Amino acid sequence: MQGGRHLVSPSAAVTPSGASAPGAGAAPLLKLRGISKTFGAVRALDNVDLDVFPGEVVALVGDNGAGKSTLIKTISGAGPATGGTITFDGRDVTVRSPTDSKALGIAAVYQDLALCDNLDVVENLFLGREERGHNFPFSRLREVEMEQQAIGLLSELQVKTLASVRTEVGMLSGGQRQSVAIARSLLGNPRIVILDEPTAALGVAQTAQVLALVSRLKERGLGVILISHNLSDVFEVADRIVVLRLGRNGGEYPATSDQRQAVVAAITGVGMDSPQAAAAAEVAPPSAVAAVQDPLAKPDPLTKKDLS
Amino acid sequence: MSTDLKKAPAKAGTPGKAPTNVAERDAVDLTGNPVLRMLRKLAAGELGSVRVLIVLALIWLIFGVSNENFLTSGNLTNLTLQIAAVGTISVGVVLVLLLGEIDLSVGAVSGLAAAVVAVLSVKHGWNAYAAMAAGLAVGAAIGLFQGTVSTRLAIPTFVVTLAGLLSWQGAQLAVLGDTGTVNISDNAILNLAGVFLADWLGWLVAVVVVGALVAAELGHRAKRGAAGLVQAPVVSSVLRLVGAAVALFGGVLIVNSDRGVPLAFVILVVIVANVHILLTRTKFGRHVFAVGGNAEAARRAGIPVARVRTIVFMLASTLAAFGGILAASRLFAVNQSSGGSDLLLLAIAGPVIAGTSLFGGRGSVWGALLGALVIGSISNGMDLLAFTSSVKFMVTGAVLLGAVALDAATTRNRTTIRT
Repeated sequence: MQGGRHLVSPSAAVTPSGASAPGAGAAPLLKLRGISKTFGAVRALDNVDLDVFPGEVVALVGDNGAGKSTLIKTISGAGPATGGTITFDGRDVTVRSPTDSKALGIAAVYQDLALCDNLDVVENLFLGREERGHNFPFSRLREVEMEQQAIGLLSELQVKTLASVRTEVGMLSGGQRQSVAIARSLLGNPRIVILDEPTAALGVAQTAQVLALVSRLKERGLGVILISHNLSDVFEVADRIVVLRLGRNGGEYPATSDQRQAVVAAITGVGMDSPQAAAAAEVAPPSAVAAVQDPLAKPDPLTKKDLS
Repeated sequence: MSTDLKKAPAKAGTPGKAPTNVAERDAVDLTGNPVLRMLRKLAAGELGSVRVLIVLALIWLIFGVSNENFLTSGNLTNLTLQIAAVGTISVGVVLVLLLGEIDLSVGAVSGLAAAVVAVLSVKHGWNAYAAMAAGLAVGAAIGLFQGTVSTRLAIPTFVVTLAGLLSWQGAQLAVLGDTGTVNISDNAILNLAGVFLADWLGWLVAVVVVGALVAAELGHRAKRGAAGLVQAPVVSSVLRLVGAAVALFGGVLIVNSDRGVPLAFVILVVIVANVHILLTRTKFGRHVFAVGGNAEAARRAGIPVARVRTIVFMLASTLAAFGGILAASRLFAVNQSSGGSDLLLLAIAGPVIAGTSLFGGRGSVWGALLGALVIGSISNGMDLLAFTSSVKFMVTGAVLLGAVALDAATTRNRTTIRT
């Protein structure tokens, strides 16, 4: 990894309006400008901008249907954008398929994790990229080498709760499974990792485990895009919070705890006391503003449900 | 992590005894006595092959006590001959079951392939090896066809191979023609099930195999040791090797006091060993387990799922064809009922008795051999006791159900430990 350490702390460079360039010498690794996505007559994304810097965790938040997943799919290639530009590492690129994005160095870990429960940790980590002595059809797998690499990777990420890397993944806890899925995404040496709701359905201890892992990705100089409904997780681990609302940019905030109310307001589109939210709300239909009086009082999807 | 696992042991029905989470359980495992650990694994359904060996031992004990002829060397030699064909077909069935699919056509394919070989050899005067190659090619082509149809058109393999079962039976009748029965006269075909290894050759094979197993285990341990990885306890390695050596030398000792080791059984064991290596040591084998475990995850990991499925169906049909040839060799003939009757059901029941999951992703190809031994022993023992087919079928069915019920009961621990 070429490190993100030399960078000025990205969060320090963030300005509330978000659109202006961060300071001194830092260039975004991934830069989306004017991204649009239409499904027939439906505009799921409308002119969305997003920057991701190396060594930074960007949280992508928004209510259901705000376009978070759609935006992620334009980056991961699962659902290419219909308009706008993507710049990766200073070059304009097109992402039309998951292969394109993988080739660029973008890895995505989806909510369902896509693990094979009947295979052990090593087998899952190397699934689809098994190492062999030779490249003949019946060449033996290099099990010892794969196991060593798996142990090395997991200890580097400080995933400590695994008793053995030869444990079947089906026997692991939710947090351990999430850790394995994230570790697997790192084997392709990506520069950006997208995590889709990594803490949904996890207990308190396991959530802490996964959030610690997210911080270590950041320490490795990776750009991390974190999608979450859970604002306490977001404030704990993110450097910057990008709000999507009704398919548009709904404001951008540094992840400091005093911003919490502003972020909630931007998500729901009410509470016009902050300039960012007001800017976002200009484009929102007035009815949405009228509908909710007190965003913090409404029964909300933002509070973590502990499913343990 | 202990928080989310608290409920699991209660569900498993053994509160107090079951450790509260995976890490703790493994920790207990690592410090415990190896023998106790093995017993615990056995109880938890993790040693399926050991359990089927116990079932087999029970069956042999019962028949051995009820009939003095059952455990004689002559009868045990017969038993190995009897299971060669169905065991070979079962190897293919295991592959298909590992994908979580089913192949109902293996019986019909074995009959058709045997008919092709017999007709080409007897009526058209083909060289025996050319005829057998043609029979295997018919099997491979059928597998390619069925695999392609089911993957391309997304039709369940149950339906495709059910259609195959009917069609290939018809094809078999057409190939055999008016006479209905073709007697095989070519020695090259008859030798498959008719030849026994000389006594010294049987011993030599056993010595070489045990030597190879020991060398492989030592090499494996040396490599892991050099890499600084966790080793399996020495006791378990030694137990496994001693078990294999006892089975091999004991088996050779028994059959050598009769006619010797049947070539057909050697062929079956060689097939099982090679498919075992294919499944556990190669990329293709890994992909078979992945597709059977979670096809969507396999697809996203870049595994060519359709290709893996098609190749497995080709292998299964080819092995079925070879099983049909072995059966024809033993019968000296192919007739209209070759490959019919209960052959298909026994070929599927064997691996299932030995613990192969019908839902894919779990099982070992040794189950084909052990399952065939269990079913063959029941059938053989019942014949010696002069039971009718009616009783035979019912007992076989009961053993199948009993084995699967035991499996379901013991693996419940394993599945409910998840969050």
